[in-house]
Amino acid sequence: MATTTGELHIEGLHLPKEPPGFKGWLLTVDHKRIAKLYLFTSMLFFALGGIAALIMRTQLAVPDAEVVDGQAYNELFTMHGTIMIFLGVMPLNAAFFNYLIPLQIGARDVAYPRLNALSYWLFLSGGLMLIGLGLFVAAPDAGWFNYPPLSEAKYSPHLGVVVWLISLGTLGVASLAAAVNFVVTILNMRAPGMSFARLPLFTWMSLITQFLLLFSMPPLTVAFILLLFDRVAGTSFFQPSEIGGDPVLWQHMFWFFGHPEVYILILPPMGMISDIIPTFARKPIFGYTAIVFSGITIGFLGFTVWVHHMFAVGLGPITNTVFAASTMLIAIPTGVKVLNWSATLWNASIRMTTPMLYAVSFVALFTVGGLSGMMHASVPVDHQHTDTYFIVAHFHYVLFGGSMMGILAAIYFWWPKMFGKVLDDSLGKVQWALTFLGFNLTFGPMHVIGNDGMPRRVYTWAGGNGWEWGNLLATAGSYLTALALALFVVIMIKSMMSKEEAPGDPWDGATLEWSIPSPTPFYNFAAIPTVSSERPFWDAKYPSHRATHEPGNEETAPPALYDKADEHIHMPPVSYWPLVFGVGFTLFGVGFVFMFVPAIILGTLMMLGSLYGWSLEPS
Amino acid sequence: MRIQADSVRAKLKGVLAIALAVSIAGCGDVPQTIMDPAGDNARTTLDLFVPILWLSFAIFIGVEGFIVYSMIRFRYRKGNDGIPVQTHGNTKLELLWTAIPAVIVVILAVMTFRVIAVQAAEPAPDAVQVEVVGNQWWWEFYYPELGITTANELYLPVGRDAAFTLKSNDVIHSFWFPRISGKMDMVPGRTNKMRFRPEKTGEYDGQCTEFCGFAHAEMQMRLFVVEQEGFDAWVARQKASPSPSTQIATRGGELVRTRGCAACHAIAGTDVQGQIGPELTAFGLRTTIGAGLVENTDENLAAWIRNPEAVKPGVKMPALGLNDEEIAAVVSYLKELK
Repeated sequence: MATTTGELHIEGLHLPKEPPGFKGWLLTVDHKRIAKLYLFTSMLFFALGGIAALIMRTQLAVPDAEVVDGQAYNELFTMHGTIMIFLGVMPLNAAFFNYLIPLQIGARDVAYPRLNALSYWLFLSGGLMLIGLGLFVAAPDAGWFNYPPLSEAKYSPHLGVVVWLISLGTLGVASLAAAVNFVVTILNMRAPGMSFARLPLFTWMSLITQFLLLFSMPPLTVAFILLLFDRVAGTSFFQPSEIGGDPVLWQHMFWFFGHPEVYILILPPMGMISDIIPTFARKPIFGYTAIVFSGITIGFLGFTVWVHHMFAVGLGPITNTVFAASTMLIAIPTGVKVLNWSATLWNASIRMTTPMLYAVSFVALFTVGGLSGMMHASVPVDHQHTDTYFIVAHFHYVLFGGSMMGILAAIYFWWPKMFGKVLDDSLGKVQWALTFLGFNLTFGPMHVIGNDGMPRRVYTWAGGNGWEWGNLLATAGSYLTALALALFVVIMIKSMMSKEEAPGDPWDGATLEWSIPSPTPFYNFAAIPTVSSERPFWDAKYPSHRATHEPGNEETAPPALYDKADEHIHMPPVSYWPLVFGVGFTLFGVGFVFMFVPAIILGTLMMLGSLYGWSLEPS
Repeated sequence: MRIQADSVRAKLKGVLAIALAVSIAGCGDVPQTIMDPAGDNARTTLDLFVPILWLSFAIFIGVEGFIVYSMIRFRYRKGNDGIPVQTHGNTKLELLWTAIPAVIVVILAVMTFRVIAVQAAEPAPDAVQVEVVGNQWWWEFYYPELGITTANELYLPVGRDAAFTLKSNDVIHSFWFPRISGKMDMVPGRTNKMRFRPEKTGEYDGQCTEFCGFAHAEMQMRLFVVEQEGFDAWVARQKASPSPSTQIATRGGELVRTRGCAACHAIAGTDVQGQIGPELTAFGLRTTIGAGLVENTDENLAAWIRNPEAVKPGVKMPALGLNDEEIAAVVSYLKELK
């Protein structure tokens, strides 16, 4: 019975089947389906955010262009930032949390499958409210950071900021629910032998990310509610007035979330490439423990640096000095990570696949963003660079050069597992080269024009400042990047239409997800694996090529990965209630934006009713 | 390996682009570059930035070089199907590359803290005091010791400290002359202090760098750094309150008093004392209108008065419905204010 793969065929074993049809998708609580919903929904949102970026780059290509006016531009950059962060990168990461965490720890689903479905519906609700109300009612126009007093009713009188607050509040609830779910899943549902020293690095970095969400989302939500009070109830939390109130308070609350948010966006892709690079190097990750502990350190320090977004606010030299020091400290664990990824390449046998090229691009480009980040930890330099295009270049090197390159690597890498099809590797390499060139062409020159004094968030700029060629190159680069991403869509469609089936282990992977068939069976594992190293599947395949770090381990053969099949596999049943709750929440949110009481009441009743039904439902 | 070579070239391009920006410092094509300081804060900041930049280049070349070299050197070759040595890590190396960034960080921190301390110095006793008030979307400059109020363009004597009090009337703005000093926000309800010393005479453009709404892009300003005598002469001109010299200018002055301008604007020495819009005292000395938007020519000024919204979308000044002859009179009056 001992075998290396999860494909067990046992006489008389009853294997549960997926609920069929469209209805099966609406009511699903399966982490793999929810992952796919997250993946494609966030790709659509990402495309919208990208279109916003293209319009902005078109407007900024030449001085004094008149493609859009100031109001439209302000709405575009507000939406671009908000969409890319909350509806693009975060849910793309969530797609991989959902798909991979149970597979990597040897579980059949997450701890709370219905809560998981609810997280998706709330994410969709928040996204649709932001985009729908933004397009057809009023778009937020005070920036993704929404600094009061500009975001107060006095200076942004239309409903845009309220739309933003309600939508993002909804997304925050979705993220918090998901964070609780994944923490409990990782802590409690690991397969026998899957100790924390053996957890795959993607799951490790995801776990740290969930803790960051747990601690950073609540203060943000409080800030949202206070600003909402200011706007709809006439309070004065964030506007200077005789009854108190301070715009800087918002900045503290926002960036206390906002800086950990950077790590929420980058840690999961760091985990992705920590699994991808060793696979194609055909070696273990160099310094597994160092990568884990540097991740924890980054997560912790991430909460101690928020004032570096506020160096120009005027908090004084002492405060700025303290936060400069804490910010610089982050360079140490970050440097450790970069060096460990690089060292993994040494003495390797590197297979140059598309996911590998993307993963290595992450390291190369993230390094650039990290170095420019160091510059901004230096307060006087930050005083020159902040709110210029230099900063725009910096965080795009982190969030596109880093996060998005990592996510693209992950999509190419885990696509065969998710869909049972392979993405074309030759076309993929062309697509990678275009993305790489387009990205650098867009954001590289922004370092220069920012250094030459071009401020950010301006809808137009005057000629004669030496910013001409930089802007033109950036615009050309953005079109090239758009072309590259369009080609990616073609590659995905081609793969979906192809009849060629992916093998269970197309890349010679090391972790548990590669030990089961592609696409993953509904029940994930026919038998729950027994884990004896951080590369359980590699060790099962290559018992004589195991890493020699566990003393004495090299002598004995590893225990079989799968040795006894479960006689009965229990999968959680479908449920209406997450969907009903999500619809109710949307009604409540839209009702709140328009202060339309019947919708608020109906939405509340739907939420209460679904909670009642939920609690009575057998799981 | 062609693709890999492309990526190397792309990276080299990035390096060259920044190196180029460094090398073109000082040339007149980039009037707002931080690489050509004309004030003490900008200079001390550049002296900090340049070593950090070179250090970053060194790390960049080291890391990227290692990655590219390894990708090429250790690539899979046909026939070489053996499994590489399964190295798990190396504690000595981990300690080494934790210690190296730590040492770099300490060096950067010491360099940074010194410059923070230098720039936090109190203004000299003879500093020129200026109160700056941000408005959507223009700047008010008030020299309390001299009793001068002006807008969007300010004068400072070279080599003397300037001590600023930064405030805002509405939303958050940020005060920045890239070649003179780093920026400082202007937060409503708060008063920020800032000092710098202009070190070279000349004309410097600056701008609002905190997003402040619709016309944020068009909230610019200009600083004239002049010798002390030039500054004194400018101060005298601000206080001259000249009388209109021609009939048409006199008529313009009447229109300014009677046709609504006085509701918002102020002109020292007259009964035009509005408190909402930019001060018009010595307006004839201004080189730009609309907060650095267009040159202060007769044609531009006439177009502005005819319909401000057409020149600067979002501007709060309304069109006053003056006819062409009236506009010409107002222009002639305003241009004589110097």
